[in-house]
Amino acid sequence: MSITVTKVSKRFRDFGALNDVSLTINRGELVALLGPSGSGKTTLLRIIAGLEKPDRGTVVIREGEAKKKRDHAVGFVFQHYALFKHMSVFENVAFGLRMRRGDEKMSEDAIRTKVMKLLRLVHLDALHTRYPAQLSGGQRQRIALARALAVEPDILLLDEPFGALDAKVRKELRRWMRRLHEELNITSIFVTHDQEEAMEMADRVVVMSQGKIEQMGTPEEVYLKPANAFVYDFLGHYNEFDAWQLSDGSLLLSEEEAPAPSSAAAIAAPAKSWLRRLPVLGGLIAPQETIIYSTRANKPGAKPMGTKVKVFCRPHELQVQRDRAPGTVPARVVHVNPAGSLVKLELERSDGTLLDAEVPRAEFEALKIKRAQMLYVRPTHTKIFA
Amino acid sequence: MSQRTQEAWPIRLLLTVIAVSTLLALFALPVIAVFVEAFSRGSDVFFESLNHPDARAAIRLTLLVAACSVPCNLVFGLAASWAITKFQFTGKRLLLTLIDIPFSVSPVISGLIYILLYGAHGWVGHYFVAHGIEIIFAVPGLVLATMFVTFPFIARELIPLMAEQGSDEEEAAMLLGATPWQMFKRVTLPNIRLGLLYGVLICNARAMGEFGAVSVVSGHIRGETTTVPLYVEMLYNEYNFAAAFAVASVLTLLALVTLVAKKQVEKKAKRASRNSI
Repeated sequence: MSITVTKVSKRFRDFGALNDVSLTINRGELVALLGPSGSGKTTLLRIIAGLEKPDRGTVVIREGEAKKKRDHAVGFVFQHYALFKHMSVFENVAFGLRMRRGDEKMSEDAIRTKVMKLLRLVHLDALHTRYPAQLSGGQRQRIALARALAVEPDILLLDEPFGALDAKVRKELRRWMRRLHEELNITSIFVTHDQEEAMEMADRVVVMSQGKIEQMGTPEEVYLKPANAFVYDFLGHYNEFDAWQLSDGSLLLSEEEAPAPSSAAAIAAPAKSWLRRLPVLGGLIAPQETIIYSTRANKPGAKPMGTKVKVFCRPHELQVQRDRAPGTVPARVVHVNPAGSLVKLELERSDGTLLDAEVPRAEFEALKIKRAQMLYVRPTHTKIFA
Repeated sequence: MSQRTQEAWPIRLLLTVIAVSTLLALFALPVIAVFVEAFSRGSDVFFESLNHPDARAAIRLTLLVAACSVPCNLVFGLAASWAITKFQFTGKRLLLTLIDIPFSVSPVISGLIYILLYGAHGWVGHYFVAHGIEIIFAVPGLVLATMFVTFPFIARELIPLMAEQGSDEEEAAMLLGATPWQMFKRVTLPNIRLGLLYGVLICNARAMGEFGAVSVVSGHIRGETTTVPLYVEMLYNEYNFAAAFAVASVLTLLALVTLVAKKQVEKKAKRASRNSI
């Protein structure tokens, strides 16, 4: 079953929830709608489910080329599960089967067999007489999923499926859900505000903000080639530097402490030994070798020529060293978080801005990094957005 | 309990005495008095008074009025709460205000309004009268007045309950293939049944006990348009105290039964909410 959303717009009384959104989801795909709250991702999901009518635009769900004749069945898992409180686990899962009419009506035996099969699938067959209130959050979540699967849905929609669970259960369920999707291969869309969740589970990620799609692509694509600053920002922590971009595309990181260059001519002479090379990926300027001027560049009164830009890099793209060197920026260690394979450092620059750096444990130990120590950092990869 | 929240014993005693004596004076004593007065001239007089054709007619009429107005308000209350809690529409606040009007308007005034509207010389009343339909000083008027007064009880009980529950479960049922009626019967109704029962109970108690509005539109025709509360007043005005209290004791019993039933519903609701998420 493929889903085609064409130019869908939806306004609620006081704000526009969706603005001219188009997207195609291929059969068997597991797609994440990722965005902050208010980005319209849940509204889009509800429109695809048919729970909400778009003001403009269409949603078409088709099997191959032909539109399916009977109403397509939509499996929907609500954020807070929406289990029927007054029904047992068994009856919750059986609900969709009992609603069948005409030729599709099922015998009590057939219903029982099918429900127990679904409960085994979610590993909860032992609890079929319990009531929702007697289950843990993770168990409720799985019952909600079993209930949605009971109607043999053509598409499966999940609204923040793990939002209400604690971190550990969430991780387990993510893996389990991923495997289940591979097994059942139902075209699925899930909404999340957690980039890690989207990255870990989805075949494709649709990043949304303010009722628009910012970018869609595989997790690698959106992470490595973010279309704009919003996507870059939303997909992870980052550091920001003020810099000058020169006419040849080279970058100059600003740093107050550095001594002034003798003249503007120095800037135009990249052959000098204290100029460092630094690759710039994506962004507005073409990926090319970029030269970073030494930290001496930006003394007041010695403004280099070029345009002022913001330069971004991820914490792991920040190289730290103990010795001052050209092309580095001095920063003091204010916090060390040693949990994990990467040691997380919080650094403070002389102007008070904070930098996040992640260094491998071996490097951390070799450098003998301590709190309040002065380090020199250099971005190894940078991004610039218009 | 911490020491801080405990008052010194004389203060506690004083507060308890004030509370208990107030309750006794205002509520318990009158209830006892009703029964004492009812039997003041022996049980023969008591049963005779109840068995009087006029008394029987009054009881029958009261039951009839309640049987007409409570189901109407049940349907209306459900529909209004449904509309208000599950949909967004213009005029929602107006509807909420309208539902509250009977709470704020004196019942006598509402009775008078019905006379103005449906009386023989009323705005629309003359039309009905011309077609031989009597509303005022007849049973339809009694039902209308009672409906008006008891109009908010069920809706007011259901609106907060349904608002709190949201419509997730209904949406889930629809997506699982339920028709609107199946959704209502199998999901909505079970979720609100205790609140609904509670609303019906207090609505019924008020419908049977209503005096003001009914008094205005009734015309006080003995054995025809006299409900139990009106009949009690009539007997009382005729200095027939034993009979008045005998009939009043029926209403009092009804109130006590309502109280017990209400307690049961509350107990059940408490148990249900402990079981829910």
